Amino acid sequence: MSTTFGGRAASVRFDRVTKAFGDFVAVDSVSFEVDAGSLATLLGPSGCGKTTTLRMIAGLELSTAGRIWIGEHDVTGLPATRRDVSMVFQSYALFPHMTVMENVAYGFTVSGTPKAEARERAEQGLALVGLKGFGARLPSELSGGQQQRVAVARALVLEPEVLLFDEPLSNLDAKLRRRVREEIRDIQRSLGLTVVYVTHDQEEALAVSDKVIVMRNAAIAQEGTPRELYEQPADRFVADFIGDANLVEAEIRSVDGDLARVSIGGVEVRVPGRGLPVGRVLAAIRPEAVLLEGQGGGGLAGTVRKAAYLGKHLEYTVDSPVGELFVIDRRIDDPRPAGAGVAIRFGDRIALVPDAD
Amino acid sequence: MTGLNRTVLGWLALASAGFLLLPWYAIEDGFWRFGWLLDGWPLDPDYAPAIMLLLQGEKPWLWPVAGFLLLPLVALGRPRTAPLAQGVLLAAGGLGVAYILGQGFAIGIPGWTFASLEAAFGPLGDRQFGMGYGALLTATGLFFLFTLGCAARGAVNGDGFVVGSIGLIVMVVALFIFFPVARILVSALQTNEGALSLTVFLDKLLVGKIWGLDCVYSHRACGVAWNSFALAVAVGAGTTLLGLAFALVVTRTGFPAKRLFRGLTVLPIITPPFVIGLALILLFGQSGAVTSLLEWAFGIPASRWLYGFTGVWLAQMLAFTPIAFLVLIGVVEGVSPSVEEAAQTLRADAWTTLRTVSLPLMRPGLANAFLLGFIESMADFGNPMVLGGNFSVLSTEIFFAIVGAQYDQGRAAVLALVLLFFTLLAFWAQRRWLGRRSYTSVTGKGDAGVPVALPRRFSGLLFAVTVPWALMTAVIYSTILFGGFVNLWGLDHTLTLRHYVDAFGVTVGDHGLVWSGGAWNSFFTTIAISTISAPLTAAIGLLTAYLLVRQRFLGKQAFEFGTMLSFAIPGTVIGVSYVLAFNVPPLELTGTGIILVISFIFRNMPVGVRAGVAAMSQLDSSLDEASLTLGANSWQTIRRVVLPLLRPAILAALVYSFVRAMTAISAVIFLVSAEYDMATAYILGRVENNDYGLSIAYSSVLILVMFAAISVFQLMVGERRLGRRSGPQAGKLDLGGQPA
Repeated sequence: MSTTFGGRAASVRFDRVTKAFGDFVAVDSVSFEVDAGSLATLLGPSGCGKTTTLRMIAGLELSTAGRIWIGEHDVTGLPATRRDVSMVFQSYALFPHMTVMENVAYGFTVSGTPKAEARERAEQGLALVGLKGFGARLPSELSGGQQQRVAVARALVLEPEVLLFDEPLSNLDAKLRRRVREEIRDIQRSLGLTVVYVTHDQEEALAVSDKVIVMRNAAIAQEGTPRELYEQPADRFVADFIGDANLVEAEIRSVDGDLARVSIGGVEVRVPGRGLPVGRVLAAIRPEAVLLEGQGGGGLAGTVRKAAYLGKHLEYTVDSPVGELFVIDRRIDDPRPAGAGVAIRFGDRIALVPDAD
Repeated sequence: MTGLNRTVLGWLALASAGFLLLPWYAIEDGFWRFGWLLDGWPLDPDYAPAIMLLLQGEKPWLWPVAGFLLLPLVALGRPRTAPLAQGVLLAAGGLGVAYILGQGFAIGIPGWTFASLEAAFGPLGDRQFGMGYGALLTATGLFFLFTLGCAARGAVNGDGFVVGSIGLIVMVVALFIFFPVARILVSALQTNEGALSLTVFLDKLLVGKIWGLDCVYSHRACGVAWNSFALAVAVGAGTTLLGLAFALVVTRTGFPAKRLFRGLTVLPIITPPFVIGLALILLFGQSGAVTSLLEWAFGIPASRWLYGFTGVWLAQMLAFTPIAFLVLIGVVEGVSPSVEEAAQTLRADAWTTLRTVSLPLMRPGLANAFLLGFIESMADFGNPMVLGGNFSVLSTEIFFAIVGAQYDQGRAAVLALVLLFFTLLAFWAQRRWLGRRSYTSVTGKGDAGVPVALPRRFSGLLFAVTVPWALMTAVIYSTILFGGFVNLWGLDHTLTLRHYVDAFGVTVGDHGLVWSGGAWNSFFTTIAISTISAPLTAAIGLLTAYLLVRQRFLGKQAFEFGTMLSFAIPGTVIGVSYVLAFNVPPLELTGTGIILVISFIFRNMPVGVRAGVAAMSQLDSSLDEASLTLGANSWQTIRRVVLPLLRPAILAALVYSFVRAMTAISAVIFLVSAEYDMATAYILGRVENNDYGLSIAYSSVLILVMFAAISVFQLMVGERRLGRRSGPQAGKLDLGGQPA
């Protein structure tokens, strides 16, 4: 069966958009662009303005200032009804008094599409999310994962210019979460949809996105590909939020082309310099980039304060001259007990961050 | 955008139809009579549409209306974002409605209404009567053109439906609540010649009959304001204590008849308030059953102790205690058991826990119950009417001022203001001071605690109070049911169906059935009026609730306050204000059935609003949003998503507004007419003629009808709940706080 879903994907552009609720500014002069046919994530802690941003794309909130473009059209003043945007809600928001079929066909029903056509397209949508034959059921008779797919199908069948997801996985258990996010990504890729996706889970964001927009305090902290964010965080906040980095004060001793010679508590490493000048800098050291050796192995002297066995790896908290370090060690056959002295060296998964604070 | 054009054209067509086709002025025969169609329309001036009147050279002040109807044509074909189109809609709609209202108020039956206008423009050789279909339609159409203009300018996200709804509700509330109340104020300030005068107002206000304190130091009576106030305080305190006792018995003891007690709460809803007073007369009046028994057994002579403060207080206690109970049971259940358990693990015994933890937590609820009792008592009309004797209160004084021989509108207005002042004060205190806290209840999270049992002696005391009271209530209601079957209460207790035949007799005449009973007329009117007003009340209440819960707009708080205000306005005041406001053009409604329907809609609207707000707050707003992002507009969203999920709440609002319309008396008594007589007014009239048998028979029929209505409703809601797990709960309606 061939479907025509997704033929109309459009880009989204925010131009200095502000949203204020009374005195409270939820989104402050934000600008970004999401390419047609790509998946962008809005990532950030709760209260950072990411959901408000998403709702402004949907038209559920109208911006206080600035302009919003979807494709070629300025949609700034248009309410949700008139925008060609669909949304999958955190709670799924399935209409409890309608069957699955009625839910998926709802968008057609209200626009006056002939019944037969509405039904056929709704069935295609259900088939796409693997729920063929579930049309006659009520939402309350489906599992959480199935409800989620119905919500996706309902938004998808309208072939929106932009498809929005508001924390779609937060009501699913951990195992299902990984599978559903992959399914969403597959559908997005195969249909070439423009998707904007809100989450507070950095792993989820890294896993599905073409582009991640990290928000903090109503503004964009950084945007880029997952790799850019992980390897070149713009500041302390992003470095801390994406991946569990140990943020340690360091000093660039010299710069040699792309590489910089950096001293971390006296131990020298050579890492990409990111064009930073000689001087004080922050080093974001990923937990797996801290290497623990037996005492006397050179490097920094430290003491294991806590140790935990997690099956796949060991986790340590280590006291060191540069501060407390969180360490992931995959050599599970060589555990170090709490209180043991260790020598600390650093691997190459270290990102330099401008020390602005 | 073709959408805007179509709606503009629709409302314009409606407005024009009102102007070009339908009779502009009210038809004397009544709103639903259509004899005029064949009787001279469209040329007869009584039935002519505005355009015909103008062409015949009459009512020239209606010409500008034609202009307001032509103006919107400019907007057609322009995009909704064009400032010209927006401006034209705002101007034509806003100014058009203002002009229609303005000319209506300025020109009445004697020509110019205000002397100043006559002085400015010279005498007018013409006059006009109340507005009819034509004016109504034209004003409505123009009004919605105005709201469309607001929406096009971006009000409430540019949602035409929502702006229109807000406008509609603001308009009708202003017209049918604020305007009449303002009219009272004007009447109070007016001299008999119609001039405004503050001194006359103060003369009428500051008199011994209202504020006198003679009863403190002599045998003369106190002023009615103090009478009302003292009674209200006594009733508020009494019902609160008794309601608390019942609530504690039901929630905190192992009392076996709990369900029966809970059933008591339905009684005040289905009982016209004065029926309690009537039953008290049958029991304790001079020839009452208990009085005769006491005289026969102990030689205690019959006296008139029942007529006065004591009797009214007793009747109101019986009538309103269930309301306090309803409020307090929620409050008592709202005290989380785990808090009490925590107190116990901290070594507090049962009594200390009650005293230091549970009761303080209930304090806001107790204050709330007190204020409700206070307002109910202030507003009650029926019981003081039946039992007051020489003890007069504000609500009855108002009635006699306007209906009795004195016919003093100014005095009625002043008294109404005093009454309104008391109830608004209490209403304000209730909202300001504890409106929010009173609804705290246990959260949705599981609370595994078990309520602490009451101390033994305390629960013993509770039983000693509540059981006799419950028995008394039972005796009262048996009296009501039984009283209709005896020949002449107190004198001749032979069983008879005479009263039922008098009231509800049906005989077979020459032309089929003849409804010969005296009650049929008012009974049918009551059923018809209640049936018409119930869906309207529910619709306007739920629409208001939707706007309050789901929409954000400027002035929402004022909007909410305005819509809930009629809660605090006693029926007596509404009644007087409607008489004052609507017996002259432009809105000439007294003596019609419409005024009864309107008064019920606005008296009972808060019930619909509350039911809707409660049910809608339980509906996740993302359901609406999902519908919107799927391309539905807000009307489609309401129709397909919100309304189906609110079905139980809709039913509840329907049934309760039906029942409340049947039991209402205080506003109704001013508004009934020979043609449109209501059951309660008819019964009260019979009571005044000492025709107790028929009154009580009629009352029991009413109670049974309403009981049946409520039972059917409960059954329907119960079934729905079984059928659908996720539906919002309704039927649990907080009916407290509505003055009679």
